[in-house]
Amino acid sequence: MRRAHVVAAIGHALPWAIAVVYFFAAPSDLDFGTQVMIWVLFAMSLDLALGYAGILTLGQAAFFGLGAYTAGLFAIHLSPEPLLGHLAAVGVTVLFATMTGAMILHTTGVTLLMLTLAIVSVLSQYANQATDLTGGDNGLQGIRLNPIFGVFEFNIFGKTAYFYALVVLFGWFVLAWRIVHSPFGRSLDGIRQNPHRMRAIGTPVWWRLLAIYTISAAMAGSAGALSAHATRFVGLSVLDLLTSGTVTVALILGGTRRLYGGFIGATIYLVVQDYSAKISPFLWEFVVGGLLIATVLLLQGGLLDLGPAVLRLRDRWQAGQRK
Amino acid sequence: MSTAQALSVRGLAKRFGALVVAQEIDLDLAPGARVALIGPNGAGKTTFVNLLTGFLEPDGGRIELSGESLQGLRPEQRVRRGLVRTHQINQLLADNTARDNLAIAIAERDRHAWRLFRFGRQWGRCREEAQQRLEEMETAATADRRVLELPYGEQRLLEIAIALSLRPRVLLLDEPAAGVPSHETEVIHQALDRLPADIAILIIEHHMGVVFRFAREIVVLAQGRVLARGSPAAISADPRVRAVYLGKSPV
Amino acid sequence: MLSFGLTVLLDGVSYGMILFLISVGLTVTMGLMRVVNLAHGAFAMIGGYVAGYLTQRGWDFYFAILAAVAATAAIGAAAEKTIYRPLYRKGELAQVLLTIGFVFVATGAVSEVFGAFPYPVVFPAYLTRPIDIGFREYPAYRLFLIASGAVIAFLLWLVLDNSLYGARLRAAVDNPRMARAVGINVSLLFTSTFVIGCGLAGLGGALGAGILSLEPAYALKYVVLFLVVVIVGGEGSFEGSFAAAMALGIIDTLGKYFVAQAAPYLLYAAVFALLLWRPKGLVPPRSLA
Repeated sequence: MRRAHVVAAIGHALPWAIAVVYFFAAPSDLDFGTQVMIWVLFAMSLDLALGYAGILTLGQAAFFGLGAYTAGLFAIHLSPEPLLGHLAAVGVTVLFATMTGAMILHTTGVTLLMLTLAIVSVLSQYANQATDLTGGDNGLQGIRLNPIFGVFEFNIFGKTAYFYALVVLFGWFVLAWRIVHSPFGRSLDGIRQNPHRMRAIGTPVWWRLLAIYTISAAMAGSAGALSAHATRFVGLSVLDLLTSGTVTVALILGGTRRLYGGFIGATIYLVVQDYSAKISPFLWEFVVGGLLIATVLLLQGGLLDLGPAVLRLRDRWQAGQRK
Repeated sequence: MSTAQALSVRGLAKRFGALVVAQEIDLDLAPGARVALIGPNGAGKTTFVNLLTGFLEPDGGRIELSGESLQGLRPEQRVRRGLVRTHQINQLLADNTARDNLAIAIAERDRHAWRLFRFGRQWGRCREEAQQRLEEMETAATADRRVLELPYGEQRLLEIAIALSLRPRVLLLDEPAAGVPSHETEVIHQALDRLPADIAILIIEHHMGVVFRFAREIVVLAQGRVLARGSPAAISADPRVRAVYLGKSPV
Repeated sequence: MLSFGLTVLLDGVSYGMILFLISVGLTVTMGLMRVVNLAHGAFAMIGGYVAGYLTQRGWDFYFAILAAVAATAAIGAAAEKTIYRPLYRKGELAQVLLTIGFVFVATGAVSEVFGAFPYPVVFPAYLTRPIDIGFREYPAYRLFLIASGAVIAFLLWLVLDNSLYGARLRAAVDNPRMARAVGINVSLLFTSTFVIGCGLAGLGGALGAGILSLEPAYALKYVVLFLVVVIVGGEGSFEGSFAAAMALGIIDTLGKYFVAQAAPYLLYAAVFALLLWRPKGLVPPRSLA
């Protein structure tokens, strides 16, 4: 058992160790690392709602986009203080999630899916039209930000942005970990498996779902704010249906209900996207889509399950050899 | 309506368009009652349970639990007041172990389950109580196995155990032995015998052997109405009941 | 005023016809097979691109359309065997994921082969000219859409109401278990219906390329529209999807004329409100089961 504990400890420390090593190993490519961390946070937020609680949503980009635009507009019109803007972004997202969640979370299945699609479509189309507010196709450009705590400047080297994203991601990760391993998290798992059963033991299902939906939205909004701050730019794509679909794909690729699935999925998506963008603009969709199909058909738990799946195959082969 | 009754139903009615599934249903359950609800298929028995537990909204009538009206209360609220049911088809968390299924119910009962941050000690106590209850059901041997690996009879027992762990005042059992292979039914019947004496129990059942073994009063439902009620002896002699089951004379 | 009203009506109905042609396959497969098929738009897209490719190379318009339908149906058959069949018993989540994956693959493939820019279907000259319809001149193309849409809808309705296939289909939608019990080969029904639905989608995508322009983002962009038609009309309801498509077409057109800026998001907001009010759609599913 001790060996299992050591392996687990290494596994937990690994992503953070990699993040720190990357900072020193690739100082000219920090932007990419920051992007990865933003998308990890984004995917992790979806894991809470979709993976753990079973809320069938394709509208997570609504929160990401709201967070991004709020952070951007806050910096431009109200105050260039990044942490304040970040707080505002999370606040707006939480408000929006509470309102919409209260309306839609008593539905399930295709109806719920459609409602989430409608929400993200409304926001996306509105952002498209309200060019005065959002800059339309050109987006919000050249956002100016104060240094964090007055000391850490945002500049083209991206060191501040990188660590900013790392700290925020770590903070949310710790919160998410505590939540999923709590009695609340356990009840969410029950709700995902059998909401009727949970009601029959007295669970206020709607309230629990609203709670996790709001927390998940806050995380996604935070990721959006990070995106706005790190790139000092907010484009229409943050509210896109494609973005919603992509984060879902990324999460499933990595594997749901492990929290680390988002880490793997987001990394793969961005690496594939980075490489194939050099060849052709939509090629990544082909590759990622194919990977997703293969994963869903072959690997139950996403790529995080690759290790255990291989071990299972090995066990079966060994058992066969012994006969 | 008397507050001495654990459960009191008056004039319960429900229709789906032209289809009447419940009409003028009156029922009383005293504390410790053992009442069987029987009737041909489609008589509206499970619908009745759905109406009582709040999964269906009635068109009319009153439901009172220990004198308090259940009007407007959602299913989860009724469970908290002490109205608990089991299901004709198991509603278990298939991926979890038997013990976990129980522990989750206990955690919910004791109001731990909303806690966002881990409280290890309380969960430990929930697991202990779950283990204890499994021992009372004599299924402790399979406590660690996932529900979908359990034999169906033990799943049914678990369904009953979960309902009991919620400390019900009124327990509605929807065909507890349904789907259980005949060599496993005796275990279930013995579990039914051991149910606490102070709980008022309404059991929906088709199997007449179980009905006569268990019930002190029988209510016959047909086409959404109460056709007859009385002691087991009276009901078995009632020609109307026989007619409804065998269809020999016009109803 | 009357002229304006009629124009809006014609615009709306022609748009609605395309929506119907594409969505009718989706409503039947969602109602019959209970599979959430987010990739249905991809089949419409494929049909459009095939027609575009062939007409650009000088093929006769009608042959090109036929080829587009055949190609889409063939791809649909292949997809059904490989991707969709494992999905029948799996939950909605798996269906959503797998079909999204398919959308991504189709989008990427189409952009690789045909490029990322809008891809035209070359319509015959007599369709691109305006026709004098009495009070004004109106694009022949849209009249063609209305006419061909109506004919196809009528033929489909005939088949559904009067043929053995139609009867079996309706039975299987209403109550699949009963249908199997009376000996209907439900899996053959599933496959053939899915393939036909894909073919119709391809037809709609090809014919409608003048309204819903072809580009790699097509599949994902318009899937919400098709889903709206299906959900609002009621899954599995032929009449419902026709009514919903017409309503959607006309309302969207009205919106474009009156509230041009707000039209797109008001539409989705209306859908949102409608779904909250009637979660099962305007025409609820037929069977109680």
